[in-house]
Amino acid sequence: MRLSSKTTTLLILAAVIAIAPVFFPSSYYFRVGSLIFVNGLAVTGLVILIGYAGQISLGHAGFAGIGAYACALAPVHLGLHPALAAVLGAALSAAIAFLVGRPILRLKGYYLAVASLGFGILVSMVLSNEAQLTGGPDGMAVPELGLRAVLKAIGIDLSNTEFWYAFSGLVLVIGAWLALNLYHSPTGRALRALHGSEVAARTVGVDVAHYKLVAFVLSAVYASVSGSLLALQNKFITPDVAGFMHSIEMVTMAVLGGAGSVLGAILGAAILTTLPQVLTVFQEYEQLMLGLVMMLVMIFMREGLLPSITRRIRGRAE
Amino acid sequence: MKFSLTTTALAGTLALVLGFAAPALADIKIGATLSETGPASFLGDPEAKTLKMLVEEINAAGGVNGEKIDLIVYDDGGDPNKARTFATRLVEDDEVVAVIGGTTTGTSMAIIPVFEDAEIPFISLAGAIEIIDPVRPFTFKTPHTDRMACAKIFEDMKKAGIGKIGLISGSDGFGASMRKQCLEIIGDYGIEVLADETYGPTDADMTPQLTNIKGKDGVQAVLNPGFGQGPAIVTRNYAQLAVGLPLYQSHGVASDGFIELAGAEAAEGVRLPGTALLVASLLPESDPQRAVVVAYKDAYEKATGKPVSTFGGYAHDALRILVDAITRAGSTEPSAIRDAIEGTSGLVGTTGTVTMTAEDHLGLDLSAFRMLQIEKGGWKIVE
Repeated sequence: MRLSSKTTTLLILAAVIAIAPVFFPSSYYFRVGSLIFVNGLAVTGLVILIGYAGQISLGHAGFAGIGAYACALAPVHLGLHPALAAVLGAALSAAIAFLVGRPILRLKGYYLAVASLGFGILVSMVLSNEAQLTGGPDGMAVPELGLRAVLKAIGIDLSNTEFWYAFSGLVLVIGAWLALNLYHSPTGRALRALHGSEVAARTVGVDVAHYKLVAFVLSAVYASVSGSLLALQNKFITPDVAGFMHSIEMVTMAVLGGAGSVLGAILGAAILTTLPQVLTVFQEYEQLMLGLVMMLVMIFMREGLLPSITRRIRGRAE
Repeated sequence: MKFSLTTTALAGTLALVLGFAAPALADIKIGATLSETGPASFLGDPEAKTLKMLVEEINAAGGVNGEKIDLIVYDDGGDPNKARTFATRLVEDDEVVAVIGGTTTGTSMAIIPVFEDAEIPFISLAGAIEIIDPVRPFTFKTPHTDRMACAKIFEDMKKAGIGKIGLISGSDGFGASMRKQCLEIIGDYGIEVLADETYGPTDADMTPQLTNIKGKDGVQAVLNPGFGQGPAIVTRNYAQLAVGLPLYQSHGVASDGFIELAGAEAAEGVRLPGTALLVASLLPESDPQRAVVVAYKDAYEKATGKPVSTFGGYAHDALRILVDAITRAGSTEPSAIRDAIEGTSGLVGTTGTVTMTAEDHLGLDLSAFRMLQIEKGGWKIVE
């Protein structure tokens, strides 16, 4: 029996998430793991935008910021449960992406990158400057999700880091599953068609503007949920989450691992999240090494790590 | 109460065995997560250099209670999320007994829950009052708060008979927070704010705001809570407009760099609260802080070849408090260290004399600040 690539991807992902803790010497590794999953989720969103639809965004941290601050603000001001606040954040991100996406997705290449960059910076400026609401650059506290206490009541007692490892891992698998489903759906085919050639796609009846917007909105929701997860996990949030560097990091992760492949992008997230932790010994050279890795991948594996490697392995096997 | 002979003998043997079994030279692991790079590196870099220098010094002199300190420093780049990861790493993986750090308020607030959960003492190096108010059992800090700087300035104003002032503050994090805290306590000193102006952190000219203040009848002095280049521009414009009233700056610009930026002529007569470290060589011999600040200043400048900064002083004090606590506790149990830190009394640091209590995890009073006046491009203590 031959498994579909979708099932294989999901199986690999779930297996790695489930088995990895066996090798963790301390619960600090759960923390790094959960960060990988949170970043992986945002990057999976970018796979839809960059990998499927061929559009770029340098402002997705803005949506992560909206998701994160929704979890901090809605429970205080609207009395919402943090989980509902995350949903509200995702809805708000989708609405804003819909409004912003329409005009800026008419742009192409560099112009699109710069316009989306502007959006991201705008969000981060609002978060820094509206100090009476957001606490300004010093940040603000985020309430407890409360799910851990519920699990404890039914007999599953997890430490904080273990819980967030399991929970964000689960969300990532769901996110990956949805993204993979999309790939094989009519929408996914339309996105890939417009990636290949917008003119050709339009000729065969694909509503290019509509599908670009769909990809943009979906990826915004992914970024927003990842921001919410981060806020709830850290129980404290500052405007850095919406910062320019965070946007760049997301795109870098996607491109490094392979923007066309969900598993590849998650691999990219894993590498770029763990590297700074591994490189603490060569702290001064951290940026240098990151740059070197990036350049080597771009020169020798232009599709990103995972797609290039699988292609090479397949090429040898057949 | 009676113990049988066997029990006593057993207990004695056990105590003896334990005494021998405990390795006498296990290093004391102290962690730090600092912003050595990134936007807050001007704070984090001297902090990290100070810690490394002092730990080397302490170890060369035989360590603490005969044990060497093993210092683990991570660079969080000012990113609270990274700081949180490093904090978890320090607690879970490196198994440190205490942590110094959190260069910024953001990183400090983000990592406090990690240490409170793990019950590891944590000494923050950031300014905000939220870090120690409300008091959390395992969280301490060394830098004085903005509110104390406000109080110091208002005391000085009151002494000079100033009752009505104009306020011009930066809208950046530091300026906005200090403005808020000054306004909260200004009523206690019976001082009235007649004009309340602001400027953006990158503004290049504050003449309009200062003209407004100058035009207000009855203003007796001007206070400028701010950080970075803004206050220097305010000082220049203030001289150009010949406002002719006393100008007060904040501790945010208490450095030689400020005089350079504003120009000695324009800065003449400006008053601000600063730490003893800034005026180390001007302190009288009788000053209790003199020996400490001069020793730190000389050692730091010799080790790094760079001028000493207030921020490195915060790290200096944090490590001294920690070492003092471990010495007094005679143990490296995190909870024993915590109790000992809370019992810190009369410890002379670079920012002031520290006496902690269960309600006060900062332990500084207004004497931590010196009222300084700029004269002929240099500093003068005016109290």
